Amino acid sequence: MATQHSRSAARLMMAPAVILLLGWMLVPLVMTLYFSFMDYRPMRGIVECCVGFSNYERFITSSAFLDSIIVTMIMVGGILAITVIGGVLLAILLDQPIWGQGIVRILVIAPFFVMPTVSALVWKNMFMDPVNGILAHLWRFFGAQPHDWLSQSPLFSIILIVSWQWLPFATLILLTAIQSLDSEQLEASEMDGAPALMRFWYIVLPHLSRAITVVILIQTIFLLSIFAEIFVTTQGSFGTRTLTYLIYQRVLESQNVGLGSAGGILAVILANIIAIFLMRIVGKNLDA
Amino acid sequence: MARAHTTQRKVVMTTAAWIIGLAIFFPILWTILTSFKTEADAIANPPKFLFFDWTLENYGIVQERSNYARYLWNSIVIAGGSTVLGLIVAIPAAWSMAFVPGRRTKDILMWMLSTKMLPAVGVLYPIYLVMIKMGVLDTKGALVVVLMLINLPIIIWMLYTYFKEIPVEILEAARMDGATLREEIVYILTPMAIPGIASTLLLNIILAWNEAFWTLNLTAAKAAPLTAFIASYSSPEGLFYAKLSAASTMAIAPILIMGWFSQKQLVRGLTFGAVK
Repeated sequence: MATQHSRSAARLMMAPAVILLLGWMLVPLVMTLYFSFMDYRPMRGIVECCVGFSNYERFITSSAFLDSIIVTMIMVGGILAITVIGGVLLAILLDQPIWGQGIVRILVIAPFFVMPTVSALVWKNMFMDPVNGILAHLWRFFGAQPHDWLSQSPLFSIILIVSWQWLPFATLILLTAIQSLDSEQLEASEMDGAPALMRFWYIVLPHLSRAITVVILIQTIFLLSIFAEIFVTTQGSFGTRTLTYLIYQRVLESQNVGLGSAGGILAVILANIIAIFLMRIVGKNLDA
Repeated sequence: MARAHTTQRKVVMTTAAWIIGLAIFFPILWTILTSFKTEADAIANPPKFLFFDWTLENYGIVQERSNYARYLWNSIVIAGGSTVLGLIVAIPAAWSMAFVPGRRTKDILMWMLSTKMLPAVGVLYPIYLVMIKMGVLDTKGALVVVLMLINLPIIIWMLYTYFKEIPVEILEAARMDGATLREEIVYILTPMAIPGIASTLLLNIILAWNEAFWTLNLTAAKAAPLTAFIASYSSPEGLFYAKLSAASTMAIAPILIMGWFSQKQLVRGLTFGAVK
């Protein structure tokens, strides 16, 4: 009786969240899907339905699309490589018995809390500026020609900036995972004379594999939609136009909504492919 | 001998960790230091680290020229409002899923998570259009709702993992004693859930404060929060290192402090309970 009562109450309590999220997901998505089959350019007053798959055809066959996919892959791949490898090494280092561990951890985590526009602008102007940036001073100190980061290697510069923001995230999660490692196992292998590298490869790394997968998947989802860092540094020029930025430009800058929406749908499909893998891992954990 | 060996190892590890930690923190430290310099000192060659004329004038100028306080207020309203609104919607939902799970609870949770993975840019124009039609583009209210919706899955998930840890036996005992649903929630669950709710609140204020896709695209002069205000410094004419630093320091300081308090919750919240 009581269960019956609480069950219907439970459903009622869940309803607002479910309805809101359903609306938030479905309404704009259906609109985007609808726009993607239209010739819709509000600036010129063109609103024509329906043009079939021509937007998709144009979006996919344009050279900008292929470039943006390559840029996105390099950017996401580069950031993942730096943050995951750096994160594993840092997590192992922070797990060692050291003095002032708490303070070091706070220092390492800090960049994650810096808003993206701040970190991008601080890096762009105060560090990567070829005249007054800290890195230029450093280069000159060692007698080298200062590097004009954002115009000579813009993609790499953005990778560095975003990696700086996400390294703390990877480190924090991997550190949490490392701390759950059974230390007896490690000590036993140390007694048996296994060298540090072997212990890392055969005990630590396998233990971390799940956390690493989670880090990769979650970061990928966030990194696929990097926006502010590009917006305030290169505005998508000099070969830094990711798929997200390309769609943004089509939709809001050149106001070709039909074309941009076709790109938007492609981005949704792409993100979903990655999401499926993440959901599987999270779902498995839910049973346990 | 073994002891000396461990101490030596600890010294090496400590040194390495501190050097790396300070290097990672350096951009933030440098921003804070630069905010207290004059513009001339800010671009001095070689850079001045600690020995310069400390001044607070940048903070005054930033406020005077661009009415910084208004952007700050917008940020507070948007981040705070969206988090509180999110909690109001999420607490009952998470409560019911944790304590009265049905056959579909798991599917609903997974589906909620999947909405978080929808790329924002894919739905940018419809949201933009709806806001224009409703006349709410560039209003704080609209952003409160949008940020509430994008963070709702994280809020529900975090609360769910916290609520799950509350032992059901206590609830059953209360029910046996004849507690009504309302009493159960007010007198038993709420006190036990407060730490979880507090960390959820903290993490979501951080996420909403730093959100920089919707805040940049859906605001102009009126409702722009700090993310958009800082972005306005990207135009070359507005570029002064000391003032940029002062504005940045003010924008990140409150969140940095909150963030340090929520380290542990961050892992749980952002991995949806997959890593604890």
